[in-house]
Amino acid sequence: MTATPTLRLENIHKQFHHTPVLSGIDLDVHQGDVVALIGASGSGKSTLLRCINLLEQLDDGQIWLSGDDISVPHINQDRVRSRIGVVFQALNLFPHLSVLDNVTLASKMILKKSKKEASENGMSLLEQVGLAAKAHDYPDRLSGGQQQRVALVRAIATNPDLLLLDEITSALDPQLVGEVLDLVRTLAHEGTTIVMATHEMAFAREVADTVVFLDGGVVCESGSAAEVLDTPREQRTKEFLHRFRGNLS
Amino acid sequence: MVSNPANARQPSEIELGRRAFRTQQSRKSVAISFASTLVFAIVLWFGVVNTPGWDLVQRSFFNLEVLQGAWPRVFEGLLLNIRVLLFAAVGVLILALLLATIRTLKGAIFFPLRVLATAYTDLFRGMPLIIVLYIVGFGIPGLGAFPRMPLEFWGTIALILTYSAYVAEVFRAGIESVHPSQRLAARSLGLSYGTTLRKIVMPQAIRKVTPALMNDFIAMQKDVGLISVLGAVDAVRAAQIETAQAFNFTPYVLAGLLFVLLALPMIRLTDWYTARLREREQMGSLV
Repeated sequence: MTATPTLRLENIHKQFHHTPVLSGIDLDVHQGDVVALIGASGSGKSTLLRCINLLEQLDDGQIWLSGDDISVPHINQDRVRSRIGVVFQALNLFPHLSVLDNVTLASKMILKKSKKEASENGMSLLEQVGLAAKAHDYPDRLSGGQQQRVALVRAIATNPDLLLLDEITSALDPQLVGEVLDLVRTLAHEGTTIVMATHEMAFAREVADTVVFLDGGVVCESGSAAEVLDTPREQRTKEFLHRFRGNLS
Repeated sequence: MVSNPANARQPSEIELGRRAFRTQQSRKSVAISFASTLVFAIVLWFGVVNTPGWDLVQRSFFNLEVLQGAWPRVFEGLLLNIRVLLFAAVGVLILALLLATIRTLKGAIFFPLRVLATAYTDLFRGMPLIIVLYIVGFGIPGLGAFPRMPLEFWGTIALILTYSAYVAEVFRAGIESVHPSQRLAARSLGLSYGTTLRKIVMPQAIRKVTPALMNDFIAMQKDVGLISVLGAVDAVRAAQIETAQAFNFTPYVLAGLLFVLLALPMIRLTDWYTARLREREQMGSLV
């Protein structure tokens, strides 16, 4: 592969209070790739996403975003974060701003777009996801699924290089999961580069180009969705998937 | 501690370079803050000392001889302040907890109690402390129904009346901030209303409002000086007497410094405790 990867992780280490959480993660994500991180709770999926977004300081290793080393200590962290869109598990729209203001805040404050331009862009994005009618409502008037869709729109409104999704459907009622995943699917098909931590195996199989199984702080197995989920090579992957299916049935 | 492989692992060259850079950065910022503090102090010192009236001010506010002369009496007065403070703090805690509990009681039967408690907090939060001091300190003894008590006793009562109204509201905010599901969980275990309040709600509420309570304690620490208006010879009153005798304001400065020294440990403790709470809630994240 000759093209510069959108995201390159090399030898990522992170520990909390002497407990290692990540012990040497290597990963390349290319433009337009959709990577699904799977693994048990506590396997380091969220920590890895937080490290990429510079919310945690690395203990070792390097991170490149579109060729720039973002793990150097004198980096402008706000500038880096503005190039990465993030949606978390918990619903975290700003409750004191309308849906449209939530979506356009970063465009106005960071990209210095005019109010008109930001609003037009925001409205067209909201229209695409079928939430234009809610633009002037406040987040507490929306269902959880609608809130997560707005959060997704907010994350992509600034055209980030990379979109990080941290179990974005885990806090939702089962009947609301579908509409959020539909939007992620659309974004994936439009060529958005996505790294997502997820427990939705069926969804990972369908949209992910690469599935990465994290266990014990390292990449235990990675490959195409079919390889990892249907014909896993590693014993630990098999056990995890077996337990997971056991829980579902 | 058991050595584990992650600790034994040698950091890479890159990580060592980053750590060296961060150490260098923090050394640099310490040096800068030291230099800027020094410059600020020097400028302030010369700015004050070079004012035309400085000699006069120094003689009448920062006079060492007068300070030595005033020290025994002012210090003795401060001991009275500390005694009053301790009694008032205990009294405030008890009365405020009682008021807060009453104000959060549910049920129609308690309506009159709730109204009384609400009226109490409304009244004493609105009334200036100094007026409460006059009314309690001169009015109640005037009734002739109580045995003769020292002036500081009535001062303590006035402080308790005023501060318990504020502290009760702090407690109430704490009680109401405990999530309703905690009550539901406790009641569904079969705990009574009272036990739930005592064992489940109160411990969580008090933990949440502790910084605010400590702040109120600091405020009360200096308001204790107001009992001097009743004539009790506390640090402020003693300083007033010394000032009148020496025609010099240094005793006031002394009393003020003693009050600051008295408050400092509590102020630092509050800062430390607040920082610890914040650390716990933010889970050590960088932003």
